[in-house]
Amino acid sequence: MDPIQTLVKNLADKHGRSRESVLPILQGVVEQEKFLSERSMIEIAREIDIPAADVYGTATFYSFLETKPAGKFIIRVCKTITCAMKGKNQVLFAIQEMLKINLGETTPDKQFTLLETNCLGWCHKAPAMLINDEIYTELTPEKVREILTSHMKANANH
Amino acid sequence: MANSHQLKRVDFIFRNENDWEKVLSTTIKKKPQELINALISSELKGRGGAGFPTGLKWKLTAESKEKQKYVICNADEGEPGTFKDREILSRVPYKVLTAMAICGYITGANKGYIYLRGEYKFLLPELNKVIDEFSYYCKEINLDFNIEIFMGSGAYICGEETALMESMEGKRGEPRNKPPFPTQAGYMGKPTVINNVETLVHSFTIFKYGAKKFYDLGVQYSRGTKLFSVSGDTPKPGIYELELGMSLQDFVYEFGDGDTKAVQVGGASGFLVPRKKFKDAAIGFKGKLTGISLPTGGSMMLFNSSRSMFNVLDNYLEFFREESCGQCTPCRVGCQQLLLGIKAVKRGEKPASYLDKLLRLTETMQYTAKCGLGQSVANSFSSIVANFREEMIY
Repeated sequence: MDPIQTLVKNLADKHGRSRESVLPILQGVVEQEKFLSERSMIEIAREIDIPAADVYGTATFYSFLETKPAGKFIIRVCKTITCAMKGKNQVLFAIQEMLKINLGETTPDKQFTLLETNCLGWCHKAPAMLINDEIYTELTPEKVREILTSHMKANANH
Repeated sequence: MANSHQLKRVDFIFRNENDWEKVLSTTIKKKPQELINALISSELKGRGGAGFPTGLKWKLTAESKEKQKYVICNADEGEPGTFKDREILSRVPYKVLTAMAICGYITGANKGYIYLRGEYKFLLPELNKVIDEFSYYCKEINLDFNIEIFMGSGAYICGEETALMESMEGKRGEPRNKPPFPTQAGYMGKPTVINNVETLVHSFTIFKYGAKKFYDLGVQYSRGTKLFSVSGDTPKPGIYELELGMSLQDFVYEFGDGDTKAVQVGGASGFLVPRKKFKDAAIGFKGKLTGISLPTGGSMMLFNSSRSMFNVLDNYLEFFREESCGQCTPCRVGCQQLLLGIKAVKRGEKPASYLDKLLRLTETMQYTAKCGLGQSVANSFSSIVANFREEMIY
């Protein structure tokens, strides 16, 4: 068995093989692989015994289930009203400038992917962003530069 | 408004109480019917925004003869401007779990789920710890009820109760046709009570302090307190527990920055109230505002005169266009056309009268969209366009 098959099998063993297990399994694959490849979706379909189109249809419905390759750190900057009012654009420019990528792109070293997202639920501490599951609030261009620098450093040490 | 009253802060939800075990063990000694009656007489209405009477929801589920039933805590908070549920789950999670277990006892459900939005995944380790502790206590008192967390994956529509259940069943989070309602056929086709996080916490308060304590707060048709998420142009952004029925004027006096030109009540799917109508508006379930009753999930966004209401509406429509599940045409196409439409008017490609056509489109959406998302786009659209028409044009 190749690594994807093993991963899907282990997730199915853990969460079960009924239709209700689809989301937890998809989430498990994304956690490990950072995105859902065509191969992994076909594997899930086989394991649960539902059409691959159903797996794809479900996966693409949810914005946190990436179906395109993504970096180790997925940055999601909130673009909803309060964050937009409190300087989301400046924060976004600072990130783009620092990582030298545009929205929706991944750095060539596959470390960072930059995305926008809808309301993160931190409107009282806007602007906000998520890096993977971790939340950062009351952002300024200076603050995001520091946050990204520390991620890069931590990464270089590994 | 005759029955509006002064802004009054209350502290029930976050009050630090370490007696959930006692509340749980004493409550489940009472008869289910007695507890349902208490909930009904408290007049607690759902705090997610729609305002369905909670006691009635539990009663309907309890009356079902099905063996398997479920209790779901809806923690898929996604309305722009709302952040109260996260705060409840991180500060007083045991109150939510206790209320879920009591609901299970009353309705005959032995399984509870918390549907947690993907954006709040960082809450997971701590919540799981509390759930473990809670399960241990349930076993001790021989209460057959266990709770699991189901993680969402970033979809606003999954806050809609039937879309949430579809999502839990491993499908796209598309709303179902109603009826049947979840109390008859919910998760896995079984009778299900689904409540917002805050609703459950209020029921904890009611079981602990009695229905009267809750009923005595607020005003007619809008009993009790409510958590308000305050954001935007305010020197005091944050979460506040206030009595229902306050006037918007008092609210702005307390939370405004002195230059508040409008308040969006109820998030992107709610209503925009301009300055001249502040004193006529009361915040509660039946407050009549510009001819429309005004429930709120608790989102209060303040805008001062430095803000362009065109940009605000543009941002809301962008949100709806992305978050529409795409299942029904009025919502899928309507959201896109509204967004294109206001941009075309702003750029001068369409005459100002085109706004009236768009208003008619929102009316169509209100009547024909399948679920609350498409139906409620009309709220913010028409209230913003009606009150700030010139900002849409120039």
